[in-house]
Amino acid sequence: MSEKTEYGDWEPVIGLEIHVQLSTESKIFSNAPTKFGIEQNSQASIIDLGLPGVLPVLNEKVIEMAVKFGCSINAEISNTAIFARKNYFYPDLPKGYQISQLDDPIVGQGSVEIECNKEKKLIGITRAHLEEDAGKSIHDKYDSSSAIDLNRAGTPLLEIVSEPDLRSAKEAVAYLKKIHSIVTFLDISDGDMSQGSLRCDANVSIRKKGESEYGCRTEIKNINSFKFVEKAINFEILRQIKIKNLNKEIEQETRLYDSQKNETRSMRSKEHANDYRYFPEPDLVPLQISNEYIENIRKSLPELPEQKISRFCSEYGLSIYESEILNSSKEMSNFFEEVAISVKDVKTAVKWILGDFSAILNKNNCLVEDSLISSSDLVDLLNCLNENKISGPAAKKVLEILWNEDLKVEEIIEKENLIQISDEDDISRIISEVISKNPKQLEQFKKGKEKLFGFFVGQVMKTTEGSADPKVVNKILKEKLNQ
Amino acid sequence: MNDIISLNLEDQIGLLETKKISSYELTTLYLENIKENKDLNCFISVNEDALEQAKVIDNLKDRQSPVQGIPIAHKDIFCVKGHRTTCGSKMLENFISPYSSTVFEKLENSKTIMLGKTNMDEFAMGSSNETSFFGKVKNPINPLKSPGGSSGGSAAAVKANLCAFATGTDTGGSIRQPASFCGITGIKPTYGRVSRWGMIAFASSLDQAGIFARSALDSAIALEIISGFDEKDSTSINSKVPNLKEETTSEMEHSIGVPMQIIEKIEDVNVKNNFLESIKILEKNGFKTKQIELPFLEYSLPSYYVIAPAECSANLSRYDGIKFGYRCDNPKDLEDLYVRTRSEGFGEEVKKRILIGTYCLSAGYFDAYYIKAQKIRAMITESFKNAFKDVSVIAMPTCSNGAFELGSIQDPVKMYEQDIYTIPANLAGLPAISIPSGNTEEMPLGLQFIGNHLEEGKILNISHQFQKLTDYHV
Repeated sequence: MSEKTEYGDWEPVIGLEIHVQLSTESKIFSNAPTKFGIEQNSQASIIDLGLPGVLPVLNEKVIEMAVKFGCSINAEISNTAIFARKNYFYPDLPKGYQISQLDDPIVGQGSVEIECNKEKKLIGITRAHLEEDAGKSIHDKYDSSSAIDLNRAGTPLLEIVSEPDLRSAKEAVAYLKKIHSIVTFLDISDGDMSQGSLRCDANVSIRKKGESEYGCRTEIKNINSFKFVEKAINFEILRQIKIKNLNKEIEQETRLYDSQKNETRSMRSKEHANDYRYFPEPDLVPLQISNEYIENIRKSLPELPEQKISRFCSEYGLSIYESEILNSSKEMSNFFEEVAISVKDVKTAVKWILGDFSAILNKNNCLVEDSLISSSDLVDLLNCLNENKISGPAAKKVLEILWNEDLKVEEIIEKENLIQISDEDDISRIISEVISKNPKQLEQFKKGKEKLFGFFVGQVMKTTEGSADPKVVNKILKEKLNQ
Repeated sequence: MNDIISLNLEDQIGLLETKKISSYELTTLYLENIKENKDLNCFISVNEDALEQAKVIDNLKDRQSPVQGIPIAHKDIFCVKGHRTTCGSKMLENFISPYSSTVFEKLENSKTIMLGKTNMDEFAMGSSNETSFFGKVKNPINPLKSPGGSSGGSAAAVKANLCAFATGTDTGGSIRQPASFCGITGIKPTYGRVSRWGMIAFASSLDQAGIFARSALDSAIALEIISGFDEKDSTSINSKVPNLKEETTSEMEHSIGVPMQIIEKIEDVNVKNNFLESIKILEKNGFKTKQIELPFLEYSLPSYYVIAPAECSANLSRYDGIKFGYRCDNPKDLEDLYVRTRSEGFGEEVKKRILIGTYCLSAGYFDAYYIKAQKIRAMITESFKNAFKDVSVIAMPTCSNGAFELGSIQDPVKMYEQDIYTIPANLAGLPAISIPSGNTEEMPLGLQFIGNHLEEGKILNISHQFQKLTDYHV
């Protein structure tokens, strides 16, 4: 069932707030490292702990990263961005306020193009601002009390706020994937959703198709996978439709998605919404970002997925479909290009990367960045194939062995005796032997049973243990049988 | 021997340099005097290692800094590694800082001896030193009187010869008003001149560290040491620190701006006459004075009492009983932990200001209070800028009264009015100094000079020249 029919005559309106963890070495306001998964509270400096008298100092790397993002979505960059304090009490928020941005965020309005159900659509981005992450509360470790891990406190985040331009859960996922690919291609985030490097809140409302007013919205907090984004939003849309169909009103509230039960549930209502009492952060001076600085970054932006997709098409003769798959991640894109520039025949490379190579990754539940076969190994293999040194089936065998053993392509070919016989004289001699050993079949063939051609090919291959070049075998066998 | 502890810094340095006295002996004298004057309640903690440190410094081969071996006191707002740093609050009664403030480190690197940490109004909020969790400080001149606040402990300690000089902080007058009440010299430099790293925040955009000493010249020597850019404080100014001692003592001409409209409105005749008398002394000795206008100055107080509480309401949110500081007994849940920790840990004045600040920042009130106050602040800054086109320094009284009796001011607004002449310099971020200028009813009065941005040298110079002409500071 498609989403369109699922929603009936209701139209969902969705906006996403995406939190992207910037991949800096140290935190946004202290020099503590930002590693994931290390011993609790071991990388919280006195600044991250918010001790009396400490002061924040901005890690300038984050400005560069935010400006990079702004340039890649064609947004206005603020020359005088300011930080603000967002006040609320929570045990994992050490200072009792979060340093964030309200007025004059570093990245202003921009947009990205997404594709969903083969339709292209421009999604507006309202703003993107810098802020510090909070720590983590751990509620399930001790019986009667909660624990706090402040390792994450002060990790730099870029919060990207979209316009309410998304109309289905699928569009929301497409948009999220788009942002994911931009930030990873820009190398400003590792985009690892399982480690919380990218997480999002979704604002969801519904209205009757054709209406221009927005309905009352709910906000779903902290969704941390592509799959859950789709599920959570769809659950919420259907929940709202159900309420509306009963002629009841949607309550403006914050909801939490429970991925185990696949449902959203109320966290706090509007009446209990926080008044964050934002005001300019007096411990930091306004940023001074010159146009020259912005232009230098704009000029040195790395290639973004869209540009890469079209370049791969024109430069390597790929179809758009092939190019899109090969650009589905920065790592895949890089892997392909490493192979493409070194192989003799790119077409074969595309076929192999999308085919057998991807299959082997999938089989081993592995991403390309964790591949046990390097791009140079694959280049060696493909070049052997192109030079007719080995056959296609032999190449598949080599690929398997490459994955499982620490051997070079040449070594495998030699060890497994996979060198293809392409010499016409050699093959001619073998064919003559095969024909003379099978006079019965020769006779039947001559009488018109042409199917037996395959039998002869098989016999040649059997004799050569599959190492004869099939093209040459075909050619000479044809000549000999028709003599 | 007892006279030594009341000597000027320069003279003490001379004695140390010529080895007529050792730092150990000097430190001993001060520690003895601190003990004798325990009733003044100047210190929250006394440094037990002071004598040991003095011994180590006496053993150094050569002198590495002009103030080497000089025993001093720090306001208990400056974090000192391994030492209790209370900020005058129950909330931090047992807080041992794991790091040191830049101010402390600079003086430590200059081989001064920390005698102890001085009493203060809780979180620097107060003008009488009565809001301290550790009890009020008494004015050495008359123990029934207030030493002023919030740096009352430091001011009283300098006056009572309990240290050679002392550090303080000034958010709305917390150095200058107590300097005036205790009859000593107190300087607050330009905002950003001294690093705020490790100085416990009250109102971040106004807080600035400074010095209490017996004279302008002593202040200059000490201020130069603590000044300078610090990469740990984003608001610190990256500008070379001049030789303040040289600027203080050099031949300098001045054009002194006098805001007569403000002076005319002074209610206390003694204060008014004292100020006019000071101006006369200067004029008589060839200093040019000029009437100036400082429009919008009457809005300083309301503007300050929005901005400072607003900032403090956020700055004090970290005292929540979770990570450090006071925590209430047996909280039944998180809400209870927050509410009781903060209700029990903070004093009344601090709570009042947190509430005012929270209110001013709340949705629906933000524009009417905070934004408006910031606009006024910008206008005041502008009016100073204009005034300094014509004059090199501006003269004003430090306070509208002399030291009052402890407990005599109960109306909070009356207490806030203590800062009426000192707040403008904080709002504009300008350097300002208070020097003794005579007495009213046997209590000292202060003359204030405000300087242009980064021109501490000029206000120190005019103060020094005034002190050469008068003996109010002796």
